[in-house]
Amino acid sequence: MGSLQLKSVRKSFGPVDVLKGIDLDVKDGEFVIFVGPSGCGKSTLLRIIAGLEDATSGNILIDGGEVSAVPPAKRGIAMVFQSYALYPHLSVKDNMGLGLKQAGAPKAQIEERTKKASSMLSLEKYLERRPAELSGGQRQRVAIGRAIVREPKLFLFDEPLSNLDAALRVNTRLEIARLHRELKATMIYVTHDQVEAMTLADKIVVLDGGVIQQVGSPMELYNRPANLFVAGFIGSPAMNFIEAARLGRSDATTIGIRPEHMTLSRESGEWKGRIVHVEHLGADTIVYLDSEKAGLLTARLFGEHHYEPDEIVHATPNASQLHRFGVDGNVIQ
Amino acid sequence: MSKARTSLSRTALVHVALIAYTLIAIFPVFLTIINSFKSRNAIFRNPMQLPTPSTFDLVGYQTVLGQGDFALYFQNSLIVTVVSIFLVLLFGAMAAFALSEYRFRGNTLMGLYLALGIMIPIRLGTVAILQGMVATGLVNTLTALILVYTAQGLPLAVFILSEFMRTVSDDLKNAGRIDGLSEYSIFFRLVLPLVRPAMATVAVFTMIPIWNDLWFPLILAPSEATKTVTLGSQIFIGQFVTNWNAVLAALSLAILPVLVLYLAFSRQLIRGITSGAVK
Repeated sequence: MGSLQLKSVRKSFGPVDVLKGIDLDVKDGEFVIFVGPSGCGKSTLLRIIAGLEDATSGNILIDGGEVSAVPPAKRGIAMVFQSYALYPHLSVKDNMGLGLKQAGAPKAQIEERTKKASSMLSLEKYLERRPAELSGGQRQRVAIGRAIVREPKLFLFDEPLSNLDAALRVNTRLEIARLHRELKATMIYVTHDQVEAMTLADKIVVLDGGVIQQVGSPMELYNRPANLFVAGFIGSPAMNFIEAARLGRSDATTIGIRPEHMTLSRESGEWKGRIVHVEHLGADTIVYLDSEKAGLLTARLFGEHHYEPDEIVHATPNASQLHRFGVDGNVIQ
Repeated sequence: MSKARTSLSRTALVHVALIAYTLIAIFPVFLTIINSFKSRNAIFRNPMQLPTPSTFDLVGYQTVLGQGDFALYFQNSLIVTVVSIFLVLLFGAMAAFALSEYRFRGNTLMGLYLALGIMIPIRLGTVAILQGMVATGLVNTLTALILVYTAQGLPLAVFILSEFMRTVSDDLKNAGRIDGLSEYSIFFRLVLPLVRPAMATVAVFTMIPIWNDLWFPLILAPSEATKTVTLGSQIFIGQFVTNWNAVLAALSLAILPVLVLYLAFSRQLIRGITSGAVK
């Protein structure tokens, strides 16, 4: 219960094509995350799935049934918004129950489901409060509870953690991961934060310019990016790109190497360079160096390392973890 | 205000300016009310003096209330004002919601067209309005006044409310759509409560010109049964003799209902319930 298929979904606002033909298969129970830079069309795609926007062309199938002409309330979806979007004049309980009440569910059922959802999210104490009397984290939990109560086929999350502070974000992320395990529901989640994407998803959909760049599990995207965009977008700090010609290689146009797949040495190595800046993060040390051969490089070393700016060091890439990209930006296998 | 950002002299200056303005604004009202309690001679001899035991006289009020029709005039004024405000707010808010919420061809043009009335005084159309009312048989009815005042109040209402409705979070409306609320429920149950302060502002701006208007009651509904308070008090103003006691008493009484309505709306102006809806 809860599969989703998108077939060449397109969306234009006047002359601007926001989505240029999206094809996607989401299986029952999967946690799929749309990730991409702002303006890539990921939120628009989510709103089309929800039925809040109409697609210009293409088909949307939920559980095999075409829903393009079905209103949002009848699609069997629930959505959690970035700004919480709680009804300010209703109590927490009524906020959660409104959807069922509108659908004409019996009172006992509303009561029971609200109770269940609020105990899952430990909101029992706040059921009679208004949204204004809750903290940001509590409000977002109410918004998630409102989605759970509907027992939808599809959960849609639109950047639900963006308004929370860093500590709450981690907690709520864990909470969402736990909910996904408990409910075994299909979830579609939009974010621009790759940490959320990597930690939560079964499957990540990387979008850019209205086109799907790659679909895959977090580790597939990390280890085998399909093109320059995905290689540069996934992973932090971002992958180093070096023109192959500078390295004297003719089997590719661009060579990519992740900062964590390089070693630094004061004595010897492949690429000699001067350190520009060092960031000490405790668990990691990030070194920015300007090399003669490969240009500006970022290296991520594990643990503490005592390098100073202006030191001369040698960087050596781990040869098995080089990525080769062709002239069109796609990876060369 | 924090102490660091204020100085005594600046605060004092601000207060002097505000107090001066308050006095200027209140003075005519004050003068009207004190003189309404004085005898005719005292009004002219010492217009600035408060009523003393020797000059205190309720003759103005006795005349006004003794005329008997004044209760009816008040009722007419209240009916016209309240119904007009209700219609202006209802239709104005609906038009504003459509303009701010839906994308359709000619949206901006429609918005400008609806706001045009702010710049064109409705009185320019008096002759046409009178002809229309005669043709439809609405002359000397309160309906005629209500229709005209609704038309008069709508442009400003649409203009102000559509600006406010743009600020209501889209996510909130979309959450309502996903929960199965109809567009009407979204409008009445989600959006209207959030723009209540703006509605109160519009209500106040709409109410005062309607209550004080003399022009349209005089032209469209001058019959005894449909007179409003402002028109009714004109009977005391004659070409040669004016019953100042009665005029001042009628005006003092006319302030009361409008004051009550204003207080009711201004409480809404202050109270905002939007906090907590969206971050």
